[in-house]
Order: sequence, then structure tokens, then C-alpha cells
Amino acid sequence: MQDKRRPSPEELLRRVEAEEAHHKRGKLKVFLGYASGVGKSFRMLDEGRRRKLRGQDVVVGAVQPKSDAAVDQLLEGLEVIPLSTVRGGPQIDVPKLLQRRPSICLIDGLAYRNPAGSRNPQRWQDVEDLLAGGISVITTVNLQYIEEKQAQVEAIRGKAVADSVPRDFLLKADDIEVVDAPPEDCVERNPRQLSELREIALVLAAEVVDAQLVRYLQRHGIEQSYGAQERILVCITPRSNAGLMIERGKRQAQRFHGELFVAYVGQHDLSPQDQRTLDANLQMARNADAQIAMLHGEDVVAAILEFANRAGITQIFVGHSQRSGFLERFRVNPVERLILESGGIDIRIFPQKEQGAVP
Amino acid sequence: MEAAGKLTIILGYAAGVGKTFRMLVEGHALLDAGRDVVIGYFEPHGRSDTIAKAHGLEMVPRRIVEYRGRRFEEMDTEAIVVRHPQICLVDEFPHTNVPGCARNKRWEDVLVLLDAGIDVITTMNIQHLESLNDQVREMSGVQVRETVPDWVMKRADEMVLVDLTPGALLNRLDRGVVYSRDKAQRAKENFFKEPTLAALREMALRQTAHEVDLRQDGEEPRSREELLRNAAPAEHERILIHVTDSPATVGLIRRARRVADYLRAECFAVAVGHGAGLEAATERHLDFARKLHIETRVLDAEDEAEALVGFAYTNAITQIFLSKPQRSRIPLFAGRRNLVMKVIRAAKDMQVTVVADRHVSRGAEAH
Repeated sequence: MQDKRRPSPEELLRRVEAEEAHHKRGKLKVFLGYASGVGKSFRMLDEGRRRKLRGQDVVVGAVQPKSDAAVDQLLEGLEVIPLSTVRGGPQIDVPKLLQRRPSICLIDGLAYRNPAGSRNPQRWQDVEDLLAGGISVITTVNLQYIEEKQAQVEAIRGKAVADSVPRDFLLKADDIEVVDAPPEDCVERNPRQLSELREIALVLAAEVVDAQLVRYLQRHGIEQSYGAQERILVCITPRSNAGLMIERGKRQAQRFHGELFVAYVGQHDLSPQDQRTLDANLQMARNADAQIAMLHGEDVVAAILEFANRAGITQIFVGHSQRSGFLERFRVNPVERLILESGGIDIRIFPQKEQGAVP
Repeated sequence: MEAAGKLTIILGYAAGVGKTFRMLVEGHALLDAGRDVVIGYFEPHGRSDTIAKAHGLEMVPRRIVEYRGRRFEEMDTEAIVVRHPQICLVDEFPHTNVPGCARNKRWEDVLVLLDAGIDVITTMNIQHLESLNDQVREMSGVQVRETVPDWVMKRADEMVLVDLTPGALLNRLDRGVVYSRDKAQRAKENFFKEPTLAALREMALRQTAHEVDLRQDGEEPRSREELLRNAAPAEHERILIHVTDSPATVGLIRRARRVADYLRAECFAVAVGHGAGLEAATERHLDFARKLHIETRVLDAEDEAEALVGFAYTNAITQIFLSKPQRSRIPLFAGRRNLVMKVIRAAKDMQVTVVADRHVSRGAEAH
């Protein structure tokens, strides 16, 4: 596939900068587990061992306080930089690691909180420093510590944890592997719980892969939509049946493990009543956890499509009515234009409320 | 009558991620646990570690099939049924048998084994799933011809994902573990490109999550919210797919089937004809829909839009799926364009989904 457009100088600069940052920064690899006792630490150390065999400079920056025989055996063959102690609490020795500058550092337990008065409050921030310093990091984390997934995981496990790692940090990972294990090896033995946790972990891994893909495409200036992620854009006006559209959009996004966007194209001549309806609709969108986009432009269809292409939207939900609404201001029916001009995006059309109907 | 066997699918996203190896490992584990395990078919791909792993497992000899003067080896399903092990390992689920076999597809052979009460562990890649066919082609430029219908995958009692990062897979390819050197070079120019592999991997992860999700539903709902969700009949969707002779219909059917599966909706494929009967292509598309377990209907009417919407009303359809008309000045297409707008106008309280032809949209952008 060839890019017909010539990239603008700004775009080229962005690409070059992204390329440089990509090369200088260390690479992050994450072993993601969803149950305890499945062997994340073992997998991490085993990868360290294999890389060392291949001649790479590998050190261990942190291991879990409790370990089993298999882990201890792996540790014997690896150089360990011990945790340093700050006010009685352990933390990664970041200055020493930066000074030692291995090519790969193994950090077990990404979600640890550092003792008060440390360089960073959290261990994942220490890891960020190592990556920025050009050291690649292989680390382990359990699903229950991922901030954005915590409510979901807690509802399943019935237990809350205090420490957390933001999902955004995980999305920066260059590699992710889900550590699967049969239920009999897990501490959590309820198969239903395990299967629910596994589902969340798989989706999170898919999101990390998607983010990886997007970065790759940006670096190489490819604008084609590539991922398998469904992204739904619900376009609302004061006239649209926003409640139904947002509800359906949310359900579709949930079932597809995708993302929900709600867009509104700004209009200047709204009546106070329309403004109130619109505000209520936008509140509904926020309640549905949608990402909200306020779009501007004389040409409504063009504004929607420009946003949709930029955000990698796969389905657009839009209202339609013969009698009412701003859509009919145009000579060519805008829904028809949207259908004809939207390329590889599906368009789902909802019947719209007639004027005067109760919002 | 014997209870049907259990089906386990070992899912991967490309050759070389380790599906066959994993299947054999599972086989050994079951054998060690005292179960009666045989290999029904396995494809060594010339990989030494895989071949070594097959040692110690009983193999049911393959059947020799002659076709156009050449000899081919296929799985001997009948011999396996007679041998009747507890568990049978069957590699390459989407494989197409050589003409002259009792069944066309290996997955059909597997259904026979399951019906005979034999558990089956089999392997496949995500790109062979029927409903993803267009997405895979759009992404990789490769048209996958051997596909497994989604309803067959749904029969699986368990899905095992064999996951490997694309970096590690490319590394294996470079080391000559997956293919011979020259074949590896060709593969890298086609399918084995980093973004393609990443996208396929993402599909496999998502599909596995979806399959895991589906398999949770059979159990007791846990929360009140779930009870309410399952009980609400208003949410039940019924989807109508408009089948025509247009080549875009195949993609439309796949996409609608996929959406219906995710929304747990019922699905009908409807063609409208008048007078001289249906075009051959329309008949083919209806056949295709039936293969995906979609109920089909043919309506006799002059006005296509009216007939579709009428059928939708009498059958409590909630969503009508149509394919997207192409931008074109050729008058031929104007009819189809008008059809979409006519249906939208007539379908007063139904939703209409206009599905993009992912094949054409890509072609239109490329030079």
C-alpha cells in the first residue's frame, strides 16, 4: 500500500523524533499474570538466563522476597544488584543500576510501592527511569494491580489491593506475554473466577499489542487502519435518540472489548432547550465511559470523517430522520454522503425522534 | 448413544508459534495420566523437536488416497473410530482433504470423531476463522482459502492460546526453526511482517477472550446485574442480511455473522427475486450463508426495499444489514445506492447497518 500524499515537514519531523526516541529508550517486556502462583517470576528469570546464554548483559534488579527452589536455581546463574534500603524499606537501587548499565535488567513485582522518601513513590516509576536511561527491562505484574482494571478484578476476586500501575505505562510495553496456567496450579481455584480473570488479561494484552501496532505504523508513516480493535463512534445532535444510541454503542463496545467514542459537531444556533438536551446527552455519554469529542467545522460530514479516520473508528452510529434536524439543511442527504464517503467504516443508522417529541 | 467427545482447539496466529508441539505435549501429559491417546494426524513440518515429541505416542496409520495418478496421505477417520481411543490428536483443523475422501474438510472428520464419543485436540491459526477472512486479507494482503466456520469453533469445549511475541517468532524464523532458509525469506516478504504478525496476534488474543467469555455464560449468573442482563428480552437482537449477486455480499455475510455472534443475535439472510428466479451468484451467496448456519429466505417481490422492510416487520427484525454502495457515476450502481436510502427511509423503527466492503476500500486507496 502506497501513501499518495506527501507527508508535511511537521509529520516528517514527528516521525524522525519518534524513530530516535524508539532507538534510545530501553525496551520494556512484561509478563502479565492473572492469578498468583502461576510462575511469572520463573518465566522472567528463565528469559534472563536464555538471553545471557546468547551473550547479552543481564542483571537482576529485584526478586520477590519469597521464592521457590526452581527460582533460586535460576538466580544462581545471574548477577544480582540487591535492593537498597531507605528508612527501613527496600527499593530498587536505581543509581547503581544506571551506573552499572546492563543491557537488560530483570525487575520482579512491578507494582511495589517504595518506602516514603524514595526517589520515586512507585516501582514502575523506577522502571521508567531505567528505560529512559537506555536499559531494557523485563518485568512481571499481576492483573489485579492494573489501575483501570482494578474495579473489575476486585468484583471477581472480592479482594482489594492498595498498590497500582497505570494502564498507560503497560501500553508503552514493547512486548507482553500472558502467563497462562491450569487452574490446579493457581492459588485462586474457582474456575469461573479464573476464566473471568483470564478474559480480562487477554483483552489487556490485546490492547498492549494494539498500542504497539499503532506506534509501529506511526513510526513508519503508515496511515492504514491495521488493528483488530473495534472502535465505535456515536454521533449525537440534540435531535438524536442519544439514549438508545449510546446504550447500544456501549454494549457493542463491551461485547467486542472495544472502545466507545461519542462525538458532537458544534453548532452556534442552538435553542436553550436544545442546549439542555445536548448537555444531558453528553452527561449520558460520560456515564457510559465514552471518550467525548467536540468537533468543529462547517461541513459536518467532513468533520466526523476526519475524526473517525484519525481515531481508527470501525463503526459510526448516526441518527436519521426525513422531517427534522440539522442534517436536512444540506441538499444532498448527509447520511447518504456519510455512507458514500466513509470508505472502510460501517455506518449504523438509527431512527431519529421527530421534532417535538419528548427528549 | 454415546456422549459426544470433547473438542479442544489449540489456537495460534502464525506457523511456527508452537501449536503442534503444544498438542503433542498435551498428548503426553494425558498418556502419563493413564488415558488412551493416539495421534490421528500430525504434520511434522520437518521440525526436529516436534518430531521427537511425537515419539512414544501411538499413531493411527494414514490413509493413502490416489488422485490424478498421485498418492496423497490423509487422516484415516474410519480407522480411528474403530480403534476408538479416549483422545485423538488431530493437527491442522482447517485442512482441505484431497478429492476422493469421504469428507471435504478435516474439521468434518473431527466432527465424526466427536460424534463417535472420542475427545479431540486439534490445532489452527486465527486467520482460518471464516468471519475474520476479510479482515485478514485487508491487513495482510493474503487471501486465506481454507476456513473453518465460526459455529464449528463454537463447538470447542476449550480454547488454548499458544502465544509468542512477533519478535520471538521472527527470531525463530531467522534461525531456520520454522521453515527452510529460502522459504523463510519468502515468508518474511509476505505474511511474516511485524505489523501483520502483531495484528494477527491481537486478533488471536481477542478471539480467545471472546471464546472464554462465551463459555462462562453456560454457568450460573453471579450477580443481579447479570441476571437482569440475561432476562431482558428487549435487548434481544434479530438481524436481517440482504443477499444480492454483488461480490460484496460475501464480506457482508461474514461481518453480520460476526456481529450477530458477539451480540448473541439471531440472523436471517434474505434475497429478493422476481420472475426469472435468482442470479447464480445470489444462489451461491445464499449457500455460503447456510454454511455459516444462517437461515435463508427468498422473497418474491418487485420492490426490493419494500419486500425487505416488510419481511423485517413481520419477523421482528431489529437491524437490517446492507452492503455499502460504491461511489460511482455508472448508473448501474445508482440503483443500489437508492436501495440503501429507500430501506433507511422505510425502516421507521429499525436500525440499518451499512457494511463497508473492506476489500474494495483497500483497493481504492492503493495504486
